[in-house]
Amino acid sequence: MKIAESWIREWVSPAFDSEAMAHRLTMAGHEVDGLDGEGEALRGVVIAEVLQAKKHPDADRLRVCLVSDGGGDPIEVVCGAPNVVAGMRSPLAKPGVTLPNGVTLRKSKIRGVVSSGMLCSAVELGLGVESDGIIALPADAPVGQSLAEFLQLPDVVLDLNLTPNRGDCFSVLGIARDIAALTGLELEGPLLTTVPASITDTHPVTISMPEGCPSFAGRVIRGINNTAKSPIWLTERLRRSGLRAISPVVDVTNYVMLELGQPLHAYDLNKVRGAIQPRLALAGETLTLLDGKEVAATTDTIVISDDSGAIGLAGIMGGLSTAVTAETTDVFFEAAYWPQEFVAGRARAYGLHTDASQRFERGVDPQGQARAVERATELLLQICGGQAGPLELVQNDQHLPKAKPISLRRDRLRKLLGISIADATVVDILRRLGMQVDTHDLGWQVLAPAFRFDIAIEADLIEEVARIYGYDKIPATTAIVEAPVAVVPESTIAIDLVAATLVARDYQEVVSYSFIDAASNNAISGMPSELSLINPISSDMAVMRASLLPGLLYATAANMSRQQDRIRIFEIGKSFHGTPDAHSEVLRVAGACCGSACPEQWGQASEAIDFFDLKADVEAILRLTGAACDVAFAATENSALQPGQSANIVRDGNVIGVIGKLHPRHAKMFALKKSVYVFELDATKSLESRPPVASVISKYPSIRRDIAVLVADNVTAAEIVTAVASAAPELICDVRIFDIYKGPGIEAGLKSVALGLILQETSRTLTDEDADSAMSAAVRKLQQEFGAELRD
Amino acid sequence: MQELSDLMQTAASEIDAAVDLAALDAVRVAYLGKKGTLTLRAKTVSQLPVAERPAAGQEINIAKQELQERLNLRREVLNAAALEAALAGDAVDVTLPGRGMSIGGRHPVTRAMARIESIFRGAGFGVRSGPEIEDDFHNFTALNFPANHPARAEHDTFFLPGGMLLRTHTSPVQIRSMVEEGVPIRIIAPGRVYRCDSDQTHTPMFHQVEGLVVDRGVSLANLKAVLHQFVESFFEREARLRFRPSYFPFTEPSAEVDVLWEKGKWLEILGCGMVHPNVLESAGIDAEEFTGYAFGMGVERLAMLRYGVTDLRTFFENDMRFLQQFR
Repeated sequence: MKIAESWIREWVSPAFDSEAMAHRLTMAGHEVDGLDGEGEALRGVVIAEVLQAKKHPDADRLRVCLVSDGGGDPIEVVCGAPNVVAGMRSPLAKPGVTLPNGVTLRKSKIRGVVSSGMLCSAVELGLGVESDGIIALPADAPVGQSLAEFLQLPDVVLDLNLTPNRGDCFSVLGIARDIAALTGLELEGPLLTTVPASITDTHPVTISMPEGCPSFAGRVIRGINNTAKSPIWLTERLRRSGLRAISPVVDVTNYVMLELGQPLHAYDLNKVRGAIQPRLALAGETLTLLDGKEVAATTDTIVISDDSGAIGLAGIMGGLSTAVTAETTDVFFEAAYWPQEFVAGRARAYGLHTDASQRFERGVDPQGQARAVERATELLLQICGGQAGPLELVQNDQHLPKAKPISLRRDRLRKLLGISIADATVVDILRRLGMQVDTHDLGWQVLAPAFRFDIAIEADLIEEVARIYGYDKIPATTAIVEAPVAVVPESTIAIDLVAATLVARDYQEVVSYSFIDAASNNAISGMPSELSLINPISSDMAVMRASLLPGLLYATAANMSRQQDRIRIFEIGKSFHGTPDAHSEVLRVAGACCGSACPEQWGQASEAIDFFDLKADVEAILRLTGAACDVAFAATENSALQPGQSANIVRDGNVIGVIGKLHPRHAKMFALKKSVYVFELDATKSLESRPPVASVISKYPSIRRDIAVLVADNVTAAEIVTAVASAAPELICDVRIFDIYKGPGIEAGLKSVALGLILQETSRTLTDEDADSAMSAAVRKLQQEFGAELRD
Repeated sequence: MQELSDLMQTAASEIDAAVDLAALDAVRVAYLGKKGTLTLRAKTVSQLPVAERPAAGQEINIAKQELQERLNLRREVLNAAALEAALAGDAVDVTLPGRGMSIGGRHPVTRAMARIESIFRGAGFGVRSGPEIEDDFHNFTALNFPANHPARAEHDTFFLPGGMLLRTHTSPVQIRSMVEEGVPIRIIAPGRVYRCDSDQTHTPMFHQVEGLVVDRGVSLANLKAVLHQFVESFFEREARLRFRPSYFPFTEPSAEVDVLWEKGKWLEILGCGMVHPNVLESAGIDAEEFTGYAFGMGVERLAMLRYGVTDLRTFFENDMRFLQQFR
């Protein structure tokens, strides 16, 4: 909300400057986002009276005017404004004055007539974005006075970022009231004017649902001239608050809303058909709003209706059918109290956001309707003339919010804030906030004013006391904490250790969005997601990812296109599965690599990364758990990965992850120009660990024996190692494959596997006979299981 | 016969002139070998008159000893030179880069988050997490956001069919943790959060760390102390903070915290407050007996300030050239 400092100062004017006012408001919870100076460039512009306006001898559209600036002889100026007439008062800029647009005026000849100054429009003075002539100042504007002084300029506009709980501050009144409370100054307003009725006309209002409209003030005003111009003091205030002048009726309702916080609506009375009646919208009911937009009202919205149907959306916007125009002569003012629960969220549902809805959603003063209509009547009659009927106020006490006394305990205040505040200070603060305070043994009994409907419980009062007292005066006290020593589980490996391991292995961590495009999600996870967002930012961010791999692949491709040819990235994050009603979230660690295995370096030929480079990285992570030997890599088919280069990672019979080469058919989707290897682990299942259990290290030397066997090509390394290790488990403590050979000299369909067996006993030195027997057991086993043949 | 002293002088110069071990050995043989000059001369002593023998014998023995010592010294010099020559051929250019793998790095946001976690762990806070797809109850209702409350509109929420949503803050973890663990409780909850907003200063996903302490006698003064210490710890310098009254449905009193930054500017870095009694009650905690504070901070914001990042969006572009700066 934007309001002018000069407007606030009309009611409360503390002895500090704009900056200090902004600071005090900010520190009281009304954050001032901006302070904008207004009208600093009006130096030298004065109020002048047009004494005479004659047609220019050589130009039909120009007039030659004699104007007085209150001193010396009248000045002759040439004016092109259509509205210039003798007798009017208008701003005059004389030669030497620099206008806000930077132009410095000089005496000049216009079509042969010397012009010694310029009568100015709002645009020329930076006081508006459009104008239809020079500014017409009121007839009593003092001739010769500086325009700036007359318009209370320079002024400062405060841009306030109000919190949703303080609907009461959404007006000049509200902010002035809080400044008064902060400073202890008296609030000098608003004056409660009442305008007596001069006619008896009323318009029927039927309140059939008092719970939705517990207070309704209305008034008939007849015979107005809505073609009149709103006075500049009023339109200036509107302008400084960011509102344009439209017509007196609209300007007045806007003005009163800004001033008092109560939104008003004005109907063209001659267009209203029968009684005005607020009610819930009927199914299928539509209406055209003031802005010309047609809406279908939903049945949870209150509409204002007449005999013709809905003529307005309560608390949001009026309807076009009863709108006020320049020709309007009779109006009906409406100021209603729509309880928050009947308006909150509704405007948003229609894609609307109006000054009225903003205020009603936050809540307006339930007792402010009559005052607002009185004020609007007073202003309208001043501007447009006319006759006012009596004020009609329909209130239903039963449904109006009633402040309940709240107890504030001295001890509770001290406990929650961590400071003792003197009783007198507490009482003073509460009274300054307009609260009724009664003292009792434990503290105070407090009754909040009607406009402070946000005050409902003791904590609300404590916040108010702290806010006015000043948060900065509350000390910072370190609490003495008795924190019991918690059990630190060793049953899982910290995810940070996994990250550190990957970082040490040359992986860069990335963070990608948890929502991705449906196509890549389906392609990689192999099934469509049921977790799609109703309101995604874009179709690229539409479904919750079932895998981290698409994000990594997009990041890989993006970096490839930025000339990175060796990419090693990982991410730690969640994947999402199931349906909205029954979903699961799995923390995952995933990586993607492409390019050379090692960074380019001297003395070593560059080799492209392959499956086993990546496998080593995955094994390194799994070794952190001390359980790498319980993990198996089982060749598998996976829609994301290339057949023959993909494996499930299996631990205790459960698949805990996948590893492999991205299937070339997906390269296009991610715009990948190179082959990419990926892995993805279920972090929770992968990182289960247990404390290590130490065993005795043998004091006796080990023996190594190497053998080479011929086996069928499809026998896996894991099968061979398992078979050999089980041949003489008490002696064979390690089996290493140190060479695999296929090709010339080996029959097609077979391969030669060279194995190194490490033999050791913990209780004695092994003999050659021990080794021989273990070796023959191993060979026998290989022969039995795979038909292996020993090579010489 | 040559004078012994002349002989010794000649031998000494021959030793010094030997350029390698072979030449030196030739000198040794020539003087001290079986048929060496000195060896032969020693044999002539027996032919001298008895009275002269002891003196002559001693003179020759001393000469032999001196020669041997000189030979030894020269051998050491030659040995050292030989080693030096061998090592010179083995020299490397120490300025060539090391071989093998390089090292990667963490993402600046997770790096900052790990830093925040370690600071709070050090202060006795436990670390908790919760689901990112949340229900309305935990994300809003239990946190005292009534249905249709304007405060909800400030959270641009992503919805899933059936009313589930992506959590807009990490505050739901407060509720889940209090319900599961009861009180006293002292935790932080780091994680991803989501809001339907995307422009220069907003990304639809970002990270928050929520903090919650509930115990007997916890006050706003304690909250001020914890946050002040945290900010000084995170930025590793003295910091001036200001606590500005604000509004969050789940805390009362509420505050926004600004830190005094360069050029005298106050920058908003986190939100906090005393846990609203309704929130404690929705977690089944007696709000009379227990009080608590909660705070929430945006990790990206802190990472930007700590590491001098000027554009929020770069965090999620995953450009290696950007990320590699945070090793």
